[in-house]
Amino acid sequence: MSKIFIITGTRKGIGKQLAEHYLSLGHFVAGCSRGKQSIEHSKYTHFILDVADEKMVMSMVRTVKKQYGHIDVLLNNAGIAAMNHMLTTPYQSAQKVFDTNFFGTFLFSREVSKVMMKQKSGRIVNYTTVAVALNLAGEAVYAASKAAIESFTRVSAKELGEFGIRVNAIGPTPVPTDLIRNIPKEKLEDLLDQQAIHRFGEFEDILNVIDFFIDKRSEFITGQVIYLGGVML
Amino acid sequence: MNSIETIVLSTVKELGVEQENEELQNSDLTTILFGKNLDSMGIVFLVTELEEEIFDTLGLQISLADERAMSQKTSPFRSVKTLVKYVGSLVDEQKG
Repeated sequence: MSKIFIITGTRKGIGKQLAEHYLSLGHFVAGCSRGKQSIEHSKYTHFILDVADEKMVMSMVRTVKKQYGHIDVLLNNAGIAAMNHMLTTPYQSAQKVFDTNFFGTFLFSREVSKVMMKQKSGRIVNYTTVAVALNLAGEAVYAASKAAIESFTRVSAKELGEFGIRVNAIGPTPVPTDLIRNIPKEKLEDLLDQQAIHRFGEFEDILNVIDFFIDKRSEFITGQVIYLGGVML
Repeated sequence: MNSIETIVLSTVKELGVEQENEELQNSDLTTILFGKNLDSMGIVFLVTELEEEIFDTLGLQISLADERAMSQKTSPFRSVKTLVKYVGSLVDEQKG
């Protein structure tokens, strides 16, 4: 049966691939990005917005609810990376990272949960990073914004459990996308060395964990963080 | 009765039916909400219903999230009267 997905950050990278994947399976996808859409599909609706803009997020979620009547899955995929020493990170950059990564996740989760709680079911997948578990130097603000998402995932899973809403998070290793294009090669190799399995992540690795989280058979799985590549806390 | 009062009262009454609470079903401006007829979960339900009703009726995107929501003393959800006042102020703010 067709499901209704909201996926944030669908203009490029993993978000775009995920949207195209679920569309290819016959599901409906509502996506968003700050730029114009890059997916053309009869079951795809695009919204141009900043995920940290409360009014725009509320408007998008209500429009999707009106259009389809319900929302099955929310993938809080939109994110920005920031590689910088904390001593040289401008306050505004730190705010921007938290705006997109944490506040975007918070706003979409809050608004979509209002719809899901009425239907007494829903699945939310948030995005963290192995940088949290590995305490990577040079990623203080980025890792902090994702650590906030991990905590938010666990607590919101508790708050939403009684409404049949499950909340989990995936922590990908670096995947060759735009997000990591500015990271020096040595730094990436050093990171891969810290994983139990020393390789880049691939789209299929991420898809596998998301499919597991949103699967009907995972009804007893919530508040969990799964890191790829054998990274452990 | 102004439109905000009508929206708030009809939403509270509907919630009263869902929660099988007679006091809410027969509510008026003096009806106490948070702390007597609604617990924190009840407030969550009221917020979601009310936001949707305001959007459907007035076409306004309003978030009723408020840091005082769960405060016994100063919550805008304390009574129907305080809630009408709170919603009214948000609507006026948005209409500018």
